[in-house]
Amino acid sequence: MIETDFSTTDLLFMLHGAGVTLALTFWAVLGGTLLGLVLGLLRAVSPWWINAVLGAVLDVFRSIPLLIQFILANSFKSILGLDISAFEVACVMLALYTSSYCTEIVRAGVLAVPATTRRAARSLGMTWWQDLRYIVFPNALRVSLPTWTGLTLGVLKDTSLVLWIGIVELLRASQVIVTRIQEPLLVLGICGLIYFLMSFPISRLGAHLETRWREYD
Amino acid sequence: MIEVADVHKSFGALEVLKGVSMTVQKGEVVSVIGGSGSGKSTLLMCINGLEDIHGGRITVDGVDVHARTTDINKLRRRIGIVFQQWNAFPHLTVQENVMLAPRKVLGKGRDEAAHIASLQLRHVGLADKLDVYPGKLSGGQQQRMAIARALAMSPDYMLFDEVTSALDPQLVGEVLDTLRMLSSEGMTMIVVTHEIGFARDVSHRVAFFRSGRIHEIGPPEQVIGNSREPETAEFLKSVL
Amino acid sequence: MPADRALRNPRDVSAMNYTFHWHQALEALPAMLAGALVTVETALLSMLIGIACGIGLALAHNSGNRLARGFATTWVETARNTPALFQIYMTYFGLGSLGIFVDSYPALLIGISFNNAGYLAETFRGGLRAVPPTQMRAARSLGMSAPQAFRLIVLPQLLRTVFHPLTNQMVWAILMTSLGVVVGLNSDLTGVTQELNVRTFRTFEFFAMAAIIYYLITKFVTLASRLVAARLFRY
Repeated sequence: MIETDFSTTDLLFMLHGAGVTLALTFWAVLGGTLLGLVLGLLRAVSPWWINAVLGAVLDVFRSIPLLIQFILANSFKSILGLDISAFEVACVMLALYTSSYCTEIVRAGVLAVPATTRRAARSLGMTWWQDLRYIVFPNALRVSLPTWTGLTLGVLKDTSLVLWIGIVELLRASQVIVTRIQEPLLVLGICGLIYFLMSFPISRLGAHLETRWREYD
Repeated sequence: MIEVADVHKSFGALEVLKGVSMTVQKGEVVSVIGGSGSGKSTLLMCINGLEDIHGGRITVDGVDVHARTTDINKLRRRIGIVFQQWNAFPHLTVQENVMLAPRKVLGKGRDEAAHIASLQLRHVGLADKLDVYPGKLSGGQQQRMAIARALAMSPDYMLFDEVTSALDPQLVGEVLDTLRMLSSEGMTMIVVTHEIGFARDVSHRVAFFRSGRIHEIGPPEQVIGNSREPETAEFLKSVL
Repeated sequence: MPADRALRNPRDVSAMNYTFHWHQALEALPAMLAGALVTVETALLSMLIGIACGIGLALAHNSGNRLARGFATTWVETARNTPALFQIYMTYFGLGSLGIFVDSYPALLIGISFNNAGYLAETFRGGLRAVPPTQMRAARSLGMSAPQAFRLIVLPQLLRTVFHPLTNQMVWAILMTSLGVVVGLNSDLTGVTQELNVRTFRTFEFFAMAAIIYYLITKFVTLASRLVAARLFRY
């Protein structure tokens, strides 16, 4: 057996960090997707000038490093003297960041539904909302799902940046252990493995749903 | 002279050419007709070395196409081929499409190549489309450009692989007219085609392909007008 | 924290215990712009390496060699399923334990390049698939040699397909350089900003300025790329 100072306690510490990673991902994706749905729909149906303004604002989140967004959010929170934890700040920022991508995904998905199909639905007497719910939504979902899954995986990996504002997620936990026992390859190897294990089910689920929906064609 | 001697070819376990023999003399126009999958297109690909053969020999002016010592790039300068899908180079204008090979393969200067290109494009009736990108042309026009592209190399032989099959009916005529013009100028041509009327009017000889072999070959009056083999007559009845 | 300090109107600057000192940030602009230059250089370098390796990985994946394919898949899957910061950590700490001591800058560069190569491999594979093999066939039948045909016919068309993803990856690379600060880099834009932050604690002002600079850089890159594409791909 290999000689190592890596103990079960260390592993549990890393797994706790992984839990924080998953929690952050969950809240960010939940918030980001809901917001993205609203904004994406808004962008798909709005006149050009609302669209342009909304687009420009959201674009800011994609043009500045996420690390700096966290730093600014955290510092702004201190300036305002708000009594919320770094974890909550991270969730909010990450959700906003996710929503900027999600808006594009939703917008593209809605626009991908052919106008002719929607016209057919309306000529049958469906209202605008019914068209949206029964025609646009299912089709847009099928088109958007692979990209959305990719986005979720991206967020999972981006959570590693919150270590800078003091949150102990998986990568920070690994770094702490490495500093103590000086076995970077082993610890980071396990860390990478855990990231793999977390991302794999998500991408498999996405692929599974994609094939299942394709059977409906 | 193109000489095909007892050529065999398989794709994996499937034998597609089962002993094909044919000779095409300088100045001859030979049409090749037959059902889909009978091996006609494959034969053309073998003649210019795009496909290997597993038996027999193909020689062009005495040069063995598939010999390891043969410079295939040099040989291909003498054989022009036009495909069913014209395969225009989308990132070059029509004139650039036609002058590319003369410049890069024959080493001609830019002005000389441009001159050759505009000559050949006028030849096929595309003189007014020199600076247009192929994406803007119709299928028939792109096919004529492909013919000009092959002609720009001054080949001794031209191979045509069902060049009208992918075209809308109203565009077929312009391409066939180009082929007719070439044959009247004395170009040696092997034309794989479904256009039986064209084969009858323009060829010196017609070869009927069936199950990987030449089933019947002879002048059009015989093969098409008065077939010796029953299968030939049967095929003609099914397409006419 | 006393109750009267919570949730004040941020525009009520004088009433807060924090006054914005923007002039300090403006004074530091030259240093930050120097950092921005390092950022852009690093991103460019990482893209060049990433493109070269990415093409190699794409070809390896398409080749029949099982070893090459396994190597390529491992690289690509690791790059895409683990955080970029993890890849930088691996380089910085991991190589150190093997006796290869890397400083923060090389660690950042290697980490980002590794990441770029992984994503670009998929881009190039898709791009190669998008050029029909019949183009190669047409070029060969005109007498062009295989390298000639690849250079004159396949490559230009490949470039058009991959241009947009390449631009996106470049923007990613620029944003990823900010991670250098986590392993102690102080010469890129974020590193410089952090140095200033540590000395003056004007976190918000300095990082807000850095954010603006990053925004301008990425917008410039996107715009420039769109102009180049319009000129190159007129068909």
